[in-house]
Amino acid sequence: MSFTDLANPTRFLALVQRLLPWLAAATVVAFAVGLAMAFNAPDDYQQGATVKIMFLHVPAAWLSMFGWALMSVAALGTLVWRHPLADVAAKAAAPIGAAFTLMCLITGSLWGRPMWGTFWVWDARLTSVLVLFLMYLALMALYWTTEDPARASRAAAILTLVGAINLPVIKFSVDWWNTLHQPASVIRLGAPAIHPAILTPLLVMALAFALLFLTLHLAAMRNEILRRRVRTLQLMKADNA
Amino acid sequence: MSALKALLIRDMKLAFRVGGGALIGALFFLIVVVLTPFAIGPDLALLSRIGPAILWLGALLASLLTLDRLFAADYEDGSLDLIITSRSQLELAVLAKALAHWLTTGLPLVIIAPLLGLLLNIDLAAMKYVALTLLAGTPALTGIGLIGAALSVTLRRGGLLLAVLVLPLTIPVLIFGVAAANSAIVGPVPFGPPFTILCGLSLASLVIGPLAAAAALRHGLE
Repeated sequence: MSFTDLANPTRFLALVQRLLPWLAAATVVAFAVGLAMAFNAPDDYQQGATVKIMFLHVPAAWLSMFGWALMSVAALGTLVWRHPLADVAAKAAAPIGAAFTLMCLITGSLWGRPMWGTFWVWDARLTSVLVLFLMYLALMALYWTTEDPARASRAAAILTLVGAINLPVIKFSVDWWNTLHQPASVIRLGAPAIHPAILTPLLVMALAFALLFLTLHLAAMRNEILRRRVRTLQLMKADNA
Repeated sequence: MSALKALLIRDMKLAFRVGGGALIGALFFLIVVVLTPFAIGPDLALLSRIGPAILWLGALLASLLTLDRLFAADYEDGSLDLIITSRSQLELAVLAKALAHWLTTGLPLVIIAPLLGLLLNIDLAAMKYVALTLLAGTPALTGIGLIGAALSVTLRRGGLLLAVLVLPLTIPVLIFGVAAANSAIVGPVPFGPPFTILCGLSLASLVIGPLAAAAALRHGLE
């Protein structure tokens, strides 16, 4: 089965139907292991128990950016190759990405209150992630304005590619500006600056979050394909009536 | 080239004649600036501190106001199809329309800004810098707005959608515009760095805007 075979929605649906239970089970297992490891991880000598918020915050932040990156690839698929599933993938990813971004913002606020003494500061990292969240919402609003999926898809693809400029800004905001948010400590040149006792649970949690994203995304894509089929059937029925 | 010049002159004539929106943006700008002292109280010290921010917010909203007719009017009377099928590059035609929009909407804002600065108790010497940031930053607002205008042209509720699409993308322009303006008034950051970044944003959006807008128009109308 090659990538082009997946362009056929029926084959894609069959594959999703087979994959989804396994993915869902893997997600549950990964979360069980990750949460147990996070629970047993040592407290930070300065932050105390609040360091555990990081196990939710950091994976959510990674996946909020991954969501937009995925949508950007799908946008290229829509505009360049006219891949029939690319738009379905982009549309299904938007609410999930928005949810992960919101989770990143909320967990960050909850951590910031005891650590920084405030729920929110307008530094470059926080602002650029908030902009990402607003762009997710704007993209969803674009889909709401038209009931014809094909028409919204190309407009959404162009907006997605324009918005992708924000991704490097988020990533490097902590290096370009002097921010309250700490600089990168896992993904950076040289070794991670986190002790393995905390890094290992973090990576397991990141895997769990990634599996969750994948599971939700495939399920949402399946629902979107079915929704479009229902719409087509309704249109055909209205035509015949 | 002459086709683009003709398009530019046509758009400017349309904007300035009956039914055009050229000076409505400037009028809206004036009203927003007049409204703020009523909302926050006529404390002159406070007004002069947040004056540049008010001017920038007003300029942002005023330039948004006329954007939704940028392509929609041409779409309704069919001239957009002629522009797309004409021999000149669509990207350049969009750039010409953007230039016309800026000359009729952005430039009047820059010109009346020093006058409005008096209402907000901004120091005359500092007002020069605030106007300079508006001059450098309003092209970016037009360039980014182009994308939203082109995307919303064929969609319903275009005007409302336009604001939602465009405003998040204009946040960097607002940040560096106000930062540069404030640095000229209160310091302590030098004026140069934020102002250069603002110029960079304008130049980048004048490249990305027409490219994305032309792509959106081509895909939206086929």
